[in-house]
Amino acid sequence: MLHAAPDTAQLREPVGTPAPRGELSAVLLGALSGPPFALPADLEIPGGDPLSDDDLHLALYLAYELHYRGVPGADERWEWDPSLLALRARLEERFERALVEAVPCDDPPVAPDEIDLALRGVAEADRGRSLSAYVEREATVEQVREFAVHRSAYQLKEADPHSWALPRLSGPPKAALVEIQADEYGGGRTERIHAELFARTLDALDLDSRYGAYLDRVPGVTLATVNLMSLFGLHRRLRGAIVGHLALFEMSSSVPNGRYARGLRRLGFGEDATAFFDEHVVADAVHEQVAAVDLAGGLVRQEPALAGDVLWGARVLAELERRWGDRVLDAWEAGATSLRRPLANAGA
Amino acid sequence: MPEHAPVTITPYRDGPLLVRGPVQLEDMHGNPIPVGRETVALCRCGKSRIRPFCDGTHKVVRFRAPTGAEDGRG
Repeated sequence: MLHAAPDTAQLREPVGTPAPRGELSAVLLGALSGPPFALPADLEIPGGDPLSDDDLHLALYLAYELHYRGVPGADERWEWDPSLLALRARLEERFERALVEAVPCDDPPVAPDEIDLALRGVAEADRGRSLSAYVEREATVEQVREFAVHRSAYQLKEADPHSWALPRLSGPPKAALVEIQADEYGGGRTERIHAELFARTLDALDLDSRYGAYLDRVPGVTLATVNLMSLFGLHRRLRGAIVGHLALFEMSSSVPNGRYARGLRRLGFGEDATAFFDEHVVADAVHEQVAAVDLAGGLVRQEPALAGDVLWGARVLAELERRWGDRVLDAWEAGATSLRRPLANAGA
Repeated sequence: MPEHAPVTITPYRDGPLLVRGPVQLEDMHGNPIPVGRETVALCRCGKSRIRPFCDGTHKVVRFRAPTGAEDGRG
């Protein structure tokens, strides 16, 4: 499959107005298309599982997207509208409470020099089924395309949620986060930005690489994994959690990304599809050390009281990734799509 | 980084050697091995599939080594 070199100079503008998934997202999407007004303070928060509910997580995702690339067709003044921020706070409160119920924040105190070991303990305790092993050995082309669509919700803005933490840190942990993020953003080279590499993977898989193109297909359980990063990143009080999230993310990246790359090669895909994953094997081998030892350890050295939050952020990541992976593998093993709607066949 | 800051090589506990600073990596015949990044992780457990670079396999094989120097009596 030959593809023209991506035009990396173009603005990666978000595309597509998402469809509502319930009453709340319908009200929100209706409101966003016009100038801001005071949203009712008593809008009902969806009653489904706060860790995966479609209506709740689409509404929260849209509220956060106003701070990233924006929502297509939305009046940009909504970003700092007090009534929208109040609604977002209510959604966050429901989400965060469910996170604490699912993953108690009860770690014993950990010394700064031991944080990397404690984080490794979280990674090793993760008993989730391995999506990456499945992709390496048996996934079909249709399934790897679905996998890429799920991941596009984050990977097309890879690293951005963790960048919110930069101004909240100082000294050694700040330097460590910059060391990681510089790599994520391609070390100053547009075509090496990880989000750009992922867009190339989407192109190679005959998928739409435009930002937001698949939002309607991505279920709440996937959006929750992205909303988690925005929640942690946008609240200073959760700086320990976003650091723990990044550390575990990096620590559980090199080996799975090697498997994804081998799965793609098994299916006959070339360098344009695998470059993103190959890059992550090498880059995250560096990042996991820097994130666990220098970033997480460095933060806890400055603020020992944050050790518990660091580990909680890591555990919550593992929990939401496990739920997401189970949902995807359950669907595939049942011969069904893991998305809200199946994709058109490649080349169609 | 200041102009004369030395290159540092850091053994991370149970993990790779992180090399920070401008270095040239060469094979034994003097052919350059492209690095392409500011900080590079070199395999220390011997099991990486992309040696001399680290690919995270040390975790799978439960490689153990201290961050400081070993004294040979362990």
